Amino acid sequence: MAPAGTCPLAHTRTIDRYFLEHRAKVIDIAAFLDRIDRSQPPDNGREDFRLVAFRRTLEILTDGRGDRAKRVLEMLSDHSVEPIERAPMQGAFGAVPPPSHTGAAGKGGGR
Amino acid sequence: MKYVDPHAHMVSRTTDDYERMALAGCVALTEPAFWAGYDRGSAEGFRDYFRLLTHTEPRRAAQYGIRHHTWLCINAKESEDVALARSVLAIIPEFLTAPGVLGIGEIGLNKNSKNELLIFDEHLELARRFGTLVLVHTPHLEDKLKGTRLIMDAIRNQGIDPGRVLIDHVEEHTVQQVLDRGFWAGMTLYPETKCTAQRACDIIECYGRERIWMNSACDWGVSDPLAVPKAAMEMRRRGHGEDLVRRITFENPCTFLSQSPNFRAE
Ligand SMILES: [Zn+2]
Repeated sequence: MAPAGTCPLAHTRTIDRYFLEHRAKVIDIAAFLDRIDRSQPPDNGREDFRLVAFRRTLEILTDGRGDRAKRVLEMLSDHSVEPIERAPMQGAFGAVPPPSHTGAAGKGGGR
Repeated sequence: MKYVDPHAHMVSRTTDDYERMALAGCVALTEPAFWAGYDRGSAEGFRDYFRLLTHTEPRRAAQYGIRHHTWLCINAKESEDVALARSVLAIIPEFLTAPGVLGIGEIGLNKNSKNELLIFDEHLELARRFGTLVLVHTPHLEDKLKGTRLIMDAIRNQGIDPGRVLIDHVEEHTVQQVLDRGFWAGMTLYPETKCTAQRACDIIECYGRERIWMNSACDWGVSDPLAVPKAAMEMRRRGHGEDLVRRITFENPCTFLSQSPNFRAE
């Protein structure tokens, strides 16, 4: 992790500047998880792979270690090394689908 | 402030956007060839697109005092169709000598497939043959980390100088390896994917000011043609000096792009 002091803002100024924006984002995440709980249950009874990955990234936020953004991105990344045989779709999911996943409706990162 | 936006898809933007960018201090931009939001049916569709990029857009930009430059290729999304991709590759040399053409881009990978990699490699060969610069698109979301590594390995295998290649859309998990291997790194400022202005500033603070730039990559999707000056404002609000702002938003793009004789900032 980059050493302390690389951001020129003072500690309290940093919080003054960004706290309310990120307070709102935490509440959004909480409401998102509540909304999922209130949604109609999945047909197969299993939790969506994206949500499984999402919950694991939340643990990174509270483990007290640095490089959080990098580690969240790594957790949401495909770590295989060989090119795949054929592109099954043009979009992406935001988390790595399990090998059994057949859905082609990737959303996000369109271009 | 005077700045360069090194990645902007102006064919998808209005003339008002050119005006707003000029008012914000944009003196030059570069426009890579990209996916139009649908798959084109033939190489002739690309010929028309390349004409738009090399003739129409420079005229539109010049009305506002912005120097327009471009990069040519078939993008990774349409490269799964190898026959189409090769017929597009065959017409690119006709346009490489047009004024304002900087090289091959934005080539790269999308789903990290074998066909995408094959066509990526054939583009690199073209760039090597004509001695042009290269602008690389890295994949989205979960595919970016793997794709970035495959891309860097392919470039190394072609023997192309990494100092003449810009690897775009870096984020916190890819920027270090891109810089460590001698490439230039681009940060794309998008509201929902890729990088926000705040994270771009964080990356500069953590990974330094060498061989790195920011771009709006404004296009037909959720994006902001004024993203670069807005990120510059974020840098200033954090207490960074004008020298660093100028370095990232003007000098670094000029240093990389001036390796092409066709680039002029002013
Ligand atoms: Zn682009």
